[in-house]
Amino acid sequence: MTADPTSPLAAWTDRLAALAPALTVAERPFRAQLTVRVSDPSAIEAMGSALGVAFPPVPCTFTSGSGPFGDLEVLWLGPDEFLVVASPGLQVPIEDALRAARGSARGSVVDTSAQRTTVVLEGAHVRDVLAHGCSVDLHPSSAPVGTCVQTLLARTGIILQVTGEDRFAVLVRSSFAGYLAAWLSDACMEYRT
Amino acid sequence: MQLIPCPWCGPREEAEFHYGGQAHVAYPEDPSALTDEEWAQYVFFRENPSGPFAERWSHSAGCRRWFNAVRDTRTHDLLAVYRVGEPMPELGEKDQVAS
Repeated sequence: MTADPTSPLAAWTDRLAALAPALTVAERPFRAQLTVRVSDPSAIEAMGSALGVAFPPVPCTFTSGSGPFGDLEVLWLGPDEFLVVASPGLQVPIEDALRAARGSARGSVVDTSAQRTTVVLEGAHVRDVLAHGCSVDLHPSSAPVGTCVQTLLARTGIILQVTGEDRFAVLVRSSFAGYLAAWLSDACMEYRT
Repeated sequence: MQLIPCPWCGPREEAEFHYGGQAHVAYPEDPSALTDEEWAQYVFFRENPSGPFAERWSHSAGCRRWFNAVRDTRTHDLLAVYRVGEPMPELGEKDQVAS
C-alpha cells in the first residue's frame, strides 16, 4: 500500500489563488505524461492514430484532441521527441497502446508523469507576468494558440504552452514547482489592485 | 543578451545554449595507429582563428539538439547556423578567413 500522492504545489494552493484577479493560477497535478522518442514517420502516424490525436508535425507546437483515452495533448519537444499529456491515471494504458503502435520501429515510450506538474495561468496580464522572467516573444502574432516552447522562466526550465487567448500552461519539474510559485507571486505584485 | 537562432526553435537567448567547441573535428579512423603526438593533436589542439569559426552548440534549455554555427570571433556575430550532418554553408566574400 502506498501513501496518497501529494502534489508539488499542494502547499501553495491558497497563496496562488490569492493572486487573482491579477492572474488566475491553478495547478493541474498528477497528469499522465509519456515521453516518446521516435523518428520513423509511419510509427509516428500509427501512434497518433492509436491516441486519436495526430502528433504535431511542426516544431514548437502541440496538438490536442479527444480519443479512446479522453482528452489529451501531444507536445513537440524535439525533432524525434514528443510528450503525450493526458488525464491522471491513464499512463499505463497509454504506454501500452503507444508501444503496440510503435511496432518494430526504433524508439521508446517512457512514463514521466512524476517528472513535471502543470500550472495553468490565465488573465489579462499573463504575458506581462511571464515577460518578467521569459525572453521568448509571446505576442499572439509570433506565439499563437497551439505554440509549445521549451525555455527558461526565471532560470527554471519549463515547457510553455499557449492554450488560449490569455491562457498559458506551464509544465515545470516537480522539484522546481515551489520556486516557480514563489517567483510567480512576486512577479504578480505590481499587477495586484 | 545575444540571440542565437536554433535551427529547430528559432532565435533564443544565449543563456539557453551550451557551447561545444570546434565543429567538424573528425574522430581518427584508426585511433590505435596514432602516435602519442598525433593523438594529443586530435584531443587537445583546436583552431583559434580571428574571424569565422565553425562551432558546435547545444540548445540545452530547449530542444536539447546539437547543431553547428559559424561565429565571427571578432564580432561575435553568428554568420550561419546549420543542423548536424549538413555541410558548412558558403560564406560571403567579406566573411572569409584572412590568412
